[in-house]
Amino acid sequence: MKQFRESAMRLVFFIAALTSILAVLLICVFLFANGIPAMSKVGFFDFILGENWAPQDVPPSFGILPMILGSVYITAGALIIGVPIGILTAVFLAKYCPQRAHRILKPAVDLLAGIPSVVYGFFGLVVLVPFVRDNFGGDGSSILTASILLGIMILPTIVSVSESAIRAVPQEYYENAVALGATHERAVFRVVLPAAKSGVFASVVLGVGRAIGEAMAVIMVAGNQARMPAGLLKGIRTLTTNIVTEMGYAADLHREVLIATGVVLFVFILIINISFSLIKRRQK
Amino acid sequence: MNSNKISIQNVDLFYGTFQALKSINMDIPENQVTAFIGPSGCGKSTLLKCLNRMNDLVEGCKITGEILLDDKSINQMDVNLLRKQVGMVFQKPNPFPMSVYDNIAFGPRTHGIRSRVMLDEIVEKSLRDAAIWDEVKDRLNKSALGLSGGQQQRLCIARALAVHPEVLLMDEPTSALDPISTSKIEELCTQLKKEYTIVIVTHNMQQAARISDRTAFFLLGEAVEYTDTEKMFSMPTDKRTEDYITGRFG
Repeated sequence: MKQFRESAMRLVFFIAALTSILAVLLICVFLFANGIPAMSKVGFFDFILGENWAPQDVPPSFGILPMILGSVYITAGALIIGVPIGILTAVFLAKYCPQRAHRILKPAVDLLAGIPSVVYGFFGLVVLVPFVRDNFGGDGSSILTASILLGIMILPTIVSVSESAIRAVPQEYYENAVALGATHERAVFRVVLPAAKSGVFASVVLGVGRAIGEAMAVIMVAGNQARMPAGLLKGIRTLTTNIVTEMGYAADLHREVLIATGVVLFVFILIINISFSLIKRRQK
Repeated sequence: MNSNKISIQNVDLFYGTFQALKSINMDIPENQVTAFIGPSGCGKSTLLKCLNRMNDLVEGCKITGEILLDDKSINQMDVNLLRKQVGMVFQKPNPFPMSVYDNIAFGPRTHGIRSRVMLDEIVEKSLRDAAIWDEVKDRLNKSALGLSGGQQQRLCIARALAVHPEVLLMDEPTSALDPISTSKIEELCTQLKKEYTIVIVTHNMQQAARISDRTAFFLLGEAVEYTDTEKMFSMPTDKRTEDYITGRFG
């Protein structure tokens, strides 16, 4: 009886473990089964490198290069804004901030991660879009606006992963540097931070993943025009927003092509995750 | 008799409410090796860390009394300049995760030396002084973490020497090392005292006897006895010192 219960429970655990793996597999199968045929119908290079996205035209044109570039530009912009701020915040939290302030600041940063992306999008729409319109020109919905918003959204990831990387650096490095007459700043920025660089780099990679996969916030502030990027203050569409915008009414080949867009996004995420685990492995 | 490099006057040290050092008075002579011995927790490392104000980093640590370096109060000196004059080698060899060259050059660069020629010179001289030049000269640009424990510790000594300190504090520098590396570092100490004043904390009484000129014995935060090493080990005046060095406790 006891043995039966043991093996029954083991089966339950096994099934539980299987569920998540199964989910990933199902997503893969669904994406590739629907996306690959569409890619071959459109022609792989016409699809990836085509500069024209006009699904309603006769004949339709399905080039997603504008969206690929849109995703890349907005992600890069988010990194330019989010990475320096994030790393400096992490340094501050780990090495400068008095403990009492840390008890308030740390949960505040963590809270940033918990805010739903639609709320970020709303914030962007109401605050950032007018701000960019008034101060930089254009109509406000632009690459710049989306980059700022995503830069804020990736902050909690970068801050918390970098902070734990900095905290993981042995205190001896710091003490040795200080004992050589280095100031606190020099010890932190020339010894401790470089020693944490693989963890900091990992945080950036995670931030990239977050930025490139974001749809809801981006759709509200990026303008959403499916065209080649024309400037910082011009609107843009990303891979994710392309899917969200058109999935509702797309049919037939158009629908399949949107799924193929998902395949491209999936490959991006895959590359990011693989490089993340490679970095982590090298860390050990 | 040499002149005194460091003078410790009436130093009490508290960690919170715990008193770790009790009215320490001690003069440390120039160009000699002074050893601090005593059982774990007796305060010897704590006193050593007072000399370059590393205890400033410890929260809740309070020091009263006066420590003079060349007759100047160290509390009135700029702490970074003090640490330039009073270098330190830690118990665990801890090279920075960068190249051998950059490890040594870190200190001089900290103090404003940018010229490549000068840095090259300092790096070579420091590594030679720490008796490790021949072992690392072909791998100056490789990571210092690839060196053996004994080499790493000599690298750390070289790194400390590179800023031209006047005093070198060593906190049990050989306790993590094998006997061969240990003897190399002991030999080094006797070499270095020609140019530097050395204060070494050690667990190992034979080591103190071998390399030091003066020895201080600590017990429960008190400097029980402080005298010439020879005298300390041949005819200690305090009963507790005698018990310790004859191995009755500790």
